[in-house]
Parts: sequence; structure tokens; C-alpha cells
Amino acid sequence: MELRSLTKRDEYEWEIPKQGCMNVPGRIFATKALLEEMDEKVREQISNVACLPGIQRAAIAMPDAHWGYGFPIGGVGAFDPEENGVICMGGIGFDISCGVRTMRTGMSIDELKPKIERLVEELYRRVPAGLGSKGKLHLSMQGIDEVLRGGAVWAVEKGYGYEEDLEYIEEHGRMEGAKPENVSERAKRRQLHEVGTLGSGNHYLEVQYVSEVYDEAAARVYGLEKGSVVVSVHCGSRALGHQIGMDYIKELYKAAKKYGIPIRDKELACAPINSPEGERYFSAVAAGINCALANRQVISHLVRQVFEDVVPEAEVEMLYDISHNTCKPEEHEVEGRRRLLYVHRKGSTRALGPGRKEVPREYRSVGQPVLIGGTMGTCSFILRGTEDGLEKAFGSACHGAGRAMSRKQAKRVYRGERVVQELRAKGIIVRAHSWAGVAEEAPGAYKDVEKVVDAVHAAKLAYKVVKLKPVACVKG
Amino acid sequence: MDYETFEHEADIGIAGYGSTLEEAFENAARAMFSVMVELESVEPKDEVRVRVEAEEADILLVEWLNELLSQAHLNEMLFSEFDVRIQGQEPMRLEGTARGEKLNPEKHELKVEVKAATYSMLEVGREGERYFARCVVDV
Repeated sequence: MELRSLTKRDEYEWEIPKQGCMNVPGRIFATKALLEEMDEKVREQISNVACLPGIQRAAIAMPDAHWGYGFPIGGVGAFDPEENGVICMGGIGFDISCGVRTMRTGMSIDELKPKIERLVEELYRRVPAGLGSKGKLHLSMQGIDEVLRGGAVWAVEKGYGYEEDLEYIEEHGRMEGAKPENVSERAKRRQLHEVGTLGSGNHYLEVQYVSEVYDEAAARVYGLEKGSVVVSVHCGSRALGHQIGMDYIKELYKAAKKYGIPIRDKELACAPINSPEGERYFSAVAAGINCALANRQVISHLVRQVFEDVVPEAEVEMLYDISHNTCKPEEHEVEGRRRLLYVHRKGSTRALGPGRKEVPREYRSVGQPVLIGGTMGTCSFILRGTEDGLEKAFGSACHGAGRAMSRKQAKRVYRGERVVQELRAKGIIVRAHSWAGVAEEAPGAYKDVEKVVDAVHAAKLAYKVVKLKPVACVKG
Repeated sequence: MDYETFEHEADIGIAGYGSTLEEAFENAARAMFSVMVELESVEPKDEVRVRVEAEEADILLVEWLNELLSQAHLNEMLFSEFDVRIQGQEPMRLEGTARGEKLNPEKHELKVEVKAATYSMLEVGREGERYFARCVVDV
């Protein structure tokens, strides 16, 4: 990206000055080096988002931002319904509530090592993943409605996991405002056999261990120490979420025309939050969020069953569950006034600071755990939310490394079999359902997650707590 | 080649070409399914009919592609051959046929799931004698 047209606010925060139809400035959090590598499209998309009605403070991009659909991936926009604010498809995307869940195991990497081969084999065998895979749950249409209303709470009621898991999921495992009647029959039909499936693409299930601790006190609060083994799941709302997107994109595009919202890009299809179209879409997105929460809850249960069989001495407990493709009503202070804003996070993780009521009581003194997934060969991070982050980015941080290479390019450069061999030589076992998928997700095809996370830390959006290294990875 | 995929930073672009708009739409569908599977491995045994409509040709393309993704998923199928007929204006009405077979991981060389066709880089038009239909698909 050309730096000349940006105003430097400090080393880690850059501004796109308000111009033309922009209602607010654009703001990019990144180091100079990350900014120079960043796609010019991010500037264009952030500027377009800043033109949407009712946007507050700034249209924001994270250090891992790249070219997305209307919003950049790694974009944040908060809208006030009282000021004709909108709900926008581009700020949520097709994989509604895609996110990461991390669970502790109570084991150290040295204790687990002898059993890792069998563990990954069983995880691969028993957690459905990949194109065309089906879950073990087969629901009725009525059953799906219950999933959409109940989220992870539904799953726990059905015996998938424990009551205490819910405390460690955003919205306590169940998003308010979901209306299954605003989700098409087709979307539900597509989900009948999909609850409890991982999907493909960049979704994964990883066994990881804490390789470095940056903040001893916070790590202790999160129940982690050097060597602790955790399991992380990255996936979303599956076909139901995709179909909600397909069903609403045309409707929102029409709504934007109807309400005279000047969108500079078709992908910013949107409707006023306070309009029948906007309300319908929000209630469908909330249902999609619940679907994703139920999905990750059921997968966790499968993971627990595998651990019980292979490593019975492990105790698999929830650490936290975040979603990084969402729109959520949250209270934020803008211009000295508490307001209810609809915060869109597209490829961006909520990162609430200490004291916020949404943060589980046990973690409230240090802030919300912010789970950042890396690529299979590199590493992941757990950070904690900050007070500064609330002010700067409505309590948001990055979501991953961000791609550095297109999928097509990655397939030219890498071969799936070779990538798996090389990772094994580094002590990382990969089991994948598609070789092409592995090539596309090769570690070298992504930006350096460490640089992204360091920029988030330096910008005070979230602080580093621990680094996680993978030992085994199951991919769709 | 009358269809192709093209580079996009995070996802992948698909494009179809033809001497008519219909042909370009048919080839765009082949391009999209080529992201998911080796097309040669999918025999056109069974057939599914679809209908979609839209005010504009580009929106119609996305509706067509997304309808195919939904139908493929609902019927647990993969498609490799397509026929398209487009009639009318405002709305434009598309009637199409997709041929393929049941998804079988033993037989089909599977690649990556396409979540949806999107409005990103969406363009339908004509260059000289040749029609084109392209967009980015979310994977």
C-alpha cells in the first residue's frame, strides 16, 4: 500500500483522512512493514465502508487485513441504529460466526508425546471433515430450529458437553434475537447432517502446546503454563451459514437501493438496522451464530470422546470460544455517550478488556482471551483484551495470519504430500482429507503470524499471553 | 479453454466464456466446480433442473452459481455439465440443467469446498464476439 496518502498517528496506527463521501476516517493498525505489504484494495474497501450511513468513529482494519468482500478481511465497523446505521452483508460474510475454540487438556506435551500418533489418527477418523462429509447427528427440521434458537446451550442440553462450558463461550453459548423463521427452509435442510462437521479450506482441528509464556499472571488465570497441551478447533456455521448469505445477498442489495443507501460496491449490500429487511437479516445472522456455536460444541464433544479413549488421564476443559465473522449489538462509549452499536467484525476477533461484563468472571481481572489461529506449520497465539483496544477499535483484534499468496499460486508452489512430509520432519503430524487443500494452506502461503500479533500487541489492541505450537493437525 | 480460474488474494476467481451469454454462464459453472473436483472424474449420469431470476445479468450469474452449489449439496452430487437458457429482461429468467453424479470420495478427486459465489469482481459482458461471466468464489 502507498503510504503517502496516509496520516501516521503513531508507529502502529495510520489514518485514511476523511474525504469524499466518507462519514468517518479510515484507520489501519499495522507496522510500516506490514502496511507496505498490504493490498491497496484494503484502503479502497475501508474507504467504502467509511461511507456507509451511521458508522461511528472510524472504519478499521487490522494488521492482517487483506482484500475481502466489501469489507476487507480483518475489518471492523460499528453502526448506530439511532443514526440510520446499517447491517451489512460484507461485514459478516458467508461463513457466519466462523471462529476458534480452545480447550485445555490438563496434560503437558511430554506426557502426551507417546500417544500423539494414535490421538491424531482417532481425531481424523472420528471428527467428520472435508468436502461432502456428514456429521453423526441427523436432525429433523424441528431439531434444526432448536439448534438455531439454542446454540451451544442446545448442544449441552442434548448431552454434548457440560453446563460449565457455556460460561466460556461468547454470549454464554447462545445469541439473543435469533429467529429460525427468518432462515430459509433450504438453509435448514442443508444443515440436517452438518452439525458437528469441520468443513474444509482453512478450517482445522489442532493439538498444540504452550511453547512460550509472555504474561505469567494472565497465563495462570487462563490455566496455562509452559508445556500445557491444548486443543483448538477452527470452523463455522457450515452450509446453513453459507445459505443464509446466498439467500440475503440479493435481498440486501435490493434493500440498499430501496432505502437510497449509496453503496460504492455491490458487496456492501446492506439495510438499515431499523428496517424490516435489516431486522430480518440480523435475526438470521443470530441464528447462524447459534448454529456455529452448536457446531463447535458438538465437535468438542467428539474431541473429548477421543481423548477419553486414547488419553483417559486428560481432562478436557473449555478455555474459550470466539467468533471472528459476526455482527453483534454491544455497548460502547462514543463522544462521551454510552450507545448500543452493531459491531461488524469480518475476520476480526472481539477483544474485550478487563472489567467488561461479557468476559467470564474468572478472566475478568485480565481481560477476554483472544484466540488467534496461525497456519498448521507455524504457531497460534492467545492474547488478552485491553482497555485501550475498546477505545481504539471497539475492543477488536486480528484473527490470523492473513494470506500472503493466492490459493492458485500456493498450488503451483507447493505439493500437498511434500508439505505434509516437511511438517512431519519438524515434528508436526498432519492428517488431511485433500492434498490440494493442504497445498493451498501451506504455511508459506500465509503472512508471518508473529509479525501480525506483535503489531496487535504494540498497538495495544490486545496483549500477548502465550504462544502455541502445533504437534498435530487435522484438516478438511 | 472456455473456462478458467484466476488469482485472488484470499480466495479464487472463476470465469466462463462463450459465443453466447448462455454459454458463458455454462462455462462459469464448470469453472466453479473445477475448484471443487477434477471435472473429468464426474460422469454426467443424473440431472437436476434449476430456475433463477434477477434484474441484472451479473446478479443472475451469482444466483445461478449459488443455486448450483445449493442443489449439489442438497442432492449430495457433483456437477460437470450444464445447459442454460436465459429469457426476458427485468427480470431475466434463467432455466438451467446440471448433470453429474453422487459425490463419492473414492471415485472423485476432491479439492476444496466452495462456500458461495460472491459479488466480488463480478462482471458479465462481451468483448468483441465473446461473452464472459466471472466472479470470485468464497472457499
